[in-house]
Amino acid sequence: MEHIQRHPARVARASSRLLDGLQRWLPKLVVAPTFVLVGIGIYGYMLWTGVLSFTSSSFLPVYDFVGFDQYAKLMSNDRWLTASVNLGIFGGLFILSCLLIGVVLAIFLDQKIRQEGAIRTIYLYPMALSMIVTGTVWKWILNPSLGLEKLMHDWGWTSFSFDWLVNSDMAIYTIVMAAVWQASGFVMALFLAGLRGVDSSIIRAARVDGASLPLIYWKIILPSLRPVFFSAVMVLAHIAIKSFDLVMAMTAGGPGYSTDLPAVFMYAHTFTRGQMGLGSASAMLMLGAILALIVPYLYSELREKRHD
Amino acid sequence: MTDVVRTGFRPSRVAIYGVLLLAALVYLIPLFIMLVTSFKTPMDIRTGNLMALPTDWTTIGWTKAWSEACTGVDCNGISGYFWNSFKMTVPAVLISTLLGAFNGYVLSKWKFKGSDLFFGMLLFGCFVPFQVVLLPMAATLGQLGLANTTTGLVLVHVIYGVAFTTLFFRNYYVAIPDALIKAARLDGAGFFTIFFRILLPMSTPIFMVSLIWQFTQIWNDFLFGVVFASGDSQPITVALNNLVNTSTGVKEYNVDMAAAMIAALPTLVVYIVAGKYFIRGLTAGSVKG
Repeated sequence: MEHIQRHPARVARASSRLLDGLQRWLPKLVVAPTFVLVGIGIYGYMLWTGVLSFTSSSFLPVYDFVGFDQYAKLMSNDRWLTASVNLGIFGGLFILSCLLIGVVLAIFLDQKIRQEGAIRTIYLYPMALSMIVTGTVWKWILNPSLGLEKLMHDWGWTSFSFDWLVNSDMAIYTIVMAAVWQASGFVMALFLAGLRGVDSSIIRAARVDGASLPLIYWKIILPSLRPVFFSAVMVLAHIAIKSFDLVMAMTAGGPGYSTDLPAVFMYAHTFTRGQMGLGSASAMLMLGAILALIVPYLYSELREKRHD
Repeated sequence: MTDVVRTGFRPSRVAIYGVLLLAALVYLIPLFIMLVTSFKTPMDIRTGNLMALPTDWTTIGWTKAWSEACTGVDCNGISGYFWNSFKMTVPAVLISTLLGAFNGYVLSKWKFKGSDLFFGMLLFGCFVPFQVVLLPMAATLGQLGLANTTTGLVLVHVIYGVAFTTLFFRNYYVAIPDALIKAARLDGAGFFTIFFRILLPMSTPIFMVSLIWQFTQIWNDFLFGVVFASGDSQPITVALNNLVNTSTGVKEYNVDMAAAMIAALPTLVVYIVAGKYFIRGLTAGSVKG
């Protein structure tokens, strides 16, 4: 760049016009690869899966149009119904537990705690682990013969029995436990960041007025953290809908298909059972669930920004 | 000092510390169980219990997991898959971070008609459940001859990671005053000069966030690994899952736990060394969409 400026004026003007043209195109050129990759890899493929969900594809894609057949099949598929109900149970309990634990820990940690940094680090490290690692460990802890049960027996509680991992009515709750263990620290971090942003003069003023600390938190501080609640619920719901690894590692959907989640159903039907059409339809319904969640959220976020 | 003692004895303070420490224990116990189990003998595991320390410490679980354990058909341990994960993660992290840096720069400082729309597209891309792209991606990788290769996995992780990295950099660069860029442009600095001379020197924190976030995400990924890779190209998460969930012979829980530790160590080390940036990535990805 510098040596161009040392050239005679005429040359400089010509080359700077060329550079100007280049400058105008350069930004677009730089984002072009991403535009193409994301355009095809996300939007194109989304459409492609949508098309497949309207075909009778089984082991290989075929492009015959069968309307909503696959969706109708899905709705009357026992396994899909189980997966949907499980998502409700898993998602509901997972989100509620994470919020409860996260909020309580964040409030407690915000009381000028010594070694706060170290404690925070401990609460959050599970987020750095792979869900497969988490699943492997919890599968071992909940092992019906050698795990928790044996520990309790050794510690004197001989009537203790815990077979949830292999009990088709209870297995889904073991997934909840492991997921909450992994993600609750993250919710704590979100709320702690939110609490640090609360104006402390409000708290002092309320204290002067004689309000107790729990009351101040319940009536003033927590309501002011509404946006944090929303983001936390968004992220947690998103994690729940996409949950796959943890189930695969802990139960692989079993016993039977009692711990199937939509993502596990989709994987099993598309890639191991040769029912591409049905698998695609289930993927589209997952997308629909995410959309129902994301669109109102993004909409309100964008509107808020415009009001600022 | 007197102040500390006084606050320390108030009952409510004791309760708060009690709850916090109890919670810390709950978070730590699985790691403790994983570690002690990995150093036990199979005999010890059957006679002892989860929380008991090994009666005689042995690394046999670790060596077996590393080089002998069966992950499906072959029994060469998980070492090969561990290196697969590195070969996949390092290029994918670097490429997606670099692309993200340039994208973020353009989308904050060189806006053009439609650039906001493009950013919206990327943002939405962060939320899409990957299930809707798996099948077409598998078909494409097959067409390109990249099915079951590490290169294919790198490509996949770049495509689905770049939305996040762009988000990081864009939100970071938006906060840098435009006047700085305008002044540089008046002085004749061009697109790349401004990036390399002005923005890059102040980008270290966000590069750290992006690198660490991507490293953790890609290392820990299971879905893409299990769908797009098979046999020799599988990443460690898939190998670990195969090892733990294959039912050939007697279950050796010490080997399972050692393998889980090996799979967890790289991201744990990164977290311990640079946890600050990891947490910033976590909150940046969620609080500010």
